[in-house]
Order: sequence, then C-alpha cells, then structure tokens
Amino acid sequence: MSALGRFFKGLFLLELLRGLRLTGRYLLDRKVTVIYPEEKTPQSPRFRGLHAQRRYPNGEERCIACKLCEAVCPAMAITIEAAPREDGSRRTSRYEIDLTKCIFCGFCEESCPVDAIVETRVFEYFGEKRGDLVKGKEELLSIGDRLEAQIAADREQDAPYR
Amino acid sequence: MLDALLTLIIVLLKIVALLVPLMVAVAYLTFAERKIIGFIQGRMGPLHVGPRGWLQPIADAVKLIFKEIIIPSGANRFLFLLAPMLAMGPSIAAWAVMPLGENLYITDINAGLLYVLAVTSLSVYGIIIAGWASNSKYAFLGALRSAAQVVSYEIAMGFALVGVLLAAGSMNLREIVLAQQGSLLHWFWLPLLPLFVVYFISGLAETNRAPFDLAEGESEIVAGFHVEYSGMSFGVFFLAEYANMILISMLTALMFLGGWLSPFQGIPLLESLFGWVPGLVWLLLKTSFFLLLFLWVRATFPRYRYDQLMRLGWKILIPITIVWLLVVGAAVVGGLGPWFDRV
Repeated sequence: MSALGRFFKGLFLLELLRGLRLTGRYLLDRKVTVIYPEEKTPQSPRFRGLHAQRRYPNGEERCIACKLCEAVCPAMAITIEAAPREDGSRRTSRYEIDLTKCIFCGFCEESCPVDAIVETRVFEYFGEKRGDLVKGKEELLSIGDRLEAQIAADREQDAPYR
Repeated sequence: MLDALLTLIIVLLKIVALLVPLMVAVAYLTFAERKIIGFIQGRMGPLHVGPRGWLQPIADAVKLIFKEIIIPSGANRFLFLLAPMLAMGPSIAAWAVMPLGENLYITDINAGLLYVLAVTSLSVYGIIIAGWASNSKYAFLGALRSAAQVVSYEIAMGFALVGVLLAAGSMNLREIVLAQQGSLLHWFWLPLLPLFVVYFISGLAETNRAPFDLAEGESEIVAGFHVEYSGMSFGVFFLAEYANMILISMLTALMFLGGWLSPFQGIPLLESLFGWVPGLVWLLLKTSFFLLLFLWVRATFPRYRYDQLMRLGWKILIPITIVWLLVVGAAVVGGLGPWFDRV
C-alpha cells in the first residue's frame, strides 16, 4: 500500500475501529465460564482421579501383590509389601499410594492384571495434615467399596476399547 | 448572617446531593469495568457477592477501608499522605461547574470551561508528588512518565476546547450546550468531528487509562506511581481515576453531544413522544456511552510505547487540532449553517 494510503488509514483510525468491532462482537457473544462449584464440566469415563482398590463380588480383595503397578509407576508413588495370608494366599501386607507424588498417568491401572487398582472420577479431596494424602490399603479399599457402582459402570463402558 | 448561613447550608446540601451519587457511580463503574472486560474476554466477571455480583464494589470498598496503610520508611510522610488527596481534590472540584440540566448545577460561572481545564490539570500534581514522595524507583519513573504525558496531551485537549468555545461563542458550559440546540445534527460532534475524536483520545491519556496507562505500566514498572500505596490511600487514587473518567465522559457529552438535549429534538413525531424524558437521563445515557467506550478501548488495545505516545500527542493530535481550529474559525466567520448562522 502506498504511503499516502497508509497515512489516511491511520488518520481515520480504521484499524482501531476494526479492533473495536471484533471485541464488541465478543462482548455480546456467549460466555464460556463454568461456574465451578455450582456447575461442573462433563467427565469422561476414563477420568483419572483419586485411586481405589476393588473387590470381587464375593468380598475378596482383588489385589494379588504382583507389584506390577509399583514397578511401572513413573513417580514411584506406590509402595507394596507382600506376605502370605493365614489361608496361604499371596496378599499385600502394605499398599500405599502417595498422592503428593502421583502424576495420575493411569499406568498402575493399565498394568494391573486383575483390575484391582483403579482411578476414580473423584478429583475433589484434601488432607488436613501431613501424611493425609498417603493413602493406605484400608482407605483405598473403602474408597473402592464406596464407589464400586460408578467404577464398574465406567469399566463396562470402556471395555470395548481395552 | 442568617441568610449567609442558609446559603451555605443549601450549597452544602447540593454538594452532598452531587457527591453521593458520584461516589456510588464510581463504585459501580469499577463493577461495570470488571463485567465488561470479562464479557469481552468471554468470562462473566464478578458473580458471587450479592445477587449476580452486584455487591462486589461494596465488598471491595470495605476491604480497602480495613486494610493497613503502609508508609515506607524512606518516604516523605507528609507528601506521601497529601498526594492522594491532591489527586482526588481536583477531580471532585471540577464537578462544581458541571451543568446536569438547564437549571441543575452547583454554580454557573462564566468561564466554566477554563475552570474545568485549569482544575483537571492540577490532578497531575497528585501523581507527581506520589511518585516523588514514595522514594521508590518505580513510583518515580511512573510519575515522570505521567507528568510528561499529561503535559503533552493537555495541549491537544486545550486546543480541542478552544474549538468548542469558538463554535459556541461562550466559555459557560450551560451556554455551550444551549448553543447546540436544534437537532442531532446541530450538536457539535459533526462540525467539530476531528476535535471530538482528539478530545476523547486526549481524555484517555489525561486519565491515564489504557492504552495510555504508561504511568502504571504493570509489565515494566509494577504499578507506577502508586506502587507503594496500600489500603485507603490507594483507594483514593483509584477513586480519583474513576471520578476523572466520569468527568471526562460527561464533559465530552456536554461539549460534543449536546449534553442534556434530547436526540429527538427537531424530529416531528419522536420529539413529542420522548418529550417527557428528563434531560438528566439523556445526559447520563450519553455519559455512559463514553464510559463504555473507555472500558471497551481498555479491553481492546495494547499499551502504547512511550515514544509512540509522545509522537501521537505532538506530531498528530496537535497538528490536527490546529488545522481544524482554522477550519472552524473560517466557518464561524463565514456563518456556515446550520451550526454557525445564528448570531
């Protein structure tokens, strides 16, 4: 464009008016804010949140202490100690997930041969004192018991792709 | 004696009747700003304090009042505390001559325009003193920038006002509005269009608003001149800035958009249809339009660089105003209708 053309374009604020028109359109546009505690975004069945340990329908815990999740965990957030139970089966005597280390990659869930360790849709949790976010075996199992319906439904929905 | 006392009381009541709505307007202007900038950015703005966020400015004010006023140990105590008042004083004092309607004003002085120009120029002292008294390099830089900027743009602004008083033949704000009587096309925005634009742009610069907010450029000098201020001493600067915005918007409405005159004047059917609307409503609507423009501009344009700011002021705005002053002068002498043919 010639220098004269540029001069008049600047003098009559044409580009500024175009900018104002653009922002004006956004002023009247639909707003995208999700007002969080009252509204929530939809979640995928594959959402990776707080961990849980599952049981079989007869109440027996699934975990067989194979330690695959401990081995695969990139953040080394899982600590497992195994020992034989009174009935002679191999079980974990200690199963801890440090949620402050966990990066929620989902590898533990993928690696588990018996679908024992899973990640739930829960992402709103907290700890009040140091150590509260290191979840032990009992706590993980109780989370699993509490959310079993949802967990099972999510696995069911995702099954064709696994 | 009793007479004088009575006059004093009436004047004081008038001042209160003007200042209280003004302060409420300032509070809700901050709310409008957050809402409108939010909307432009696809957000909703404040929502949670009160119904749909309407009590947010009240909550902000309460918070500011209860915060501690920290005075830096290296600062000049007296000037440090004087500066916010110096910034606030002029932006309130200028309201004394603002005519809100044909018979609605605190005083009606002959040289109203000159008074406004003089008083609003004083507010830069608040900024300079704040920057100097803070004894902080950022505050000092902000104050220097602000001083140079306000002085440069004062000239363009003054020239734009000279155009208005040439066209109106009076420095009395009430008469300036009355000179625009007739119709929408008789208002001065049309014959003085370049001056109108220049006045609004220098108004942005005078109030240190984006895109001319170099005095408080967050990215390079933190908050500029008020970086050391906290609590209500900061709040007063804030109030002054927003009161100034309202002042400039209302002045623009008075001088270029026919103040309280109805936009339907001179249109046969609509004039009588809207005849019942008080002039104050029209004035406030016009003022709100310019306030919206202030916020809209802030949400749209990035901040000027300092040399660009100076170039715009001295090499573009001032020459435009001077050329247009000559045009207006010729039009007034020639009695160009429909604006200048009355005499």
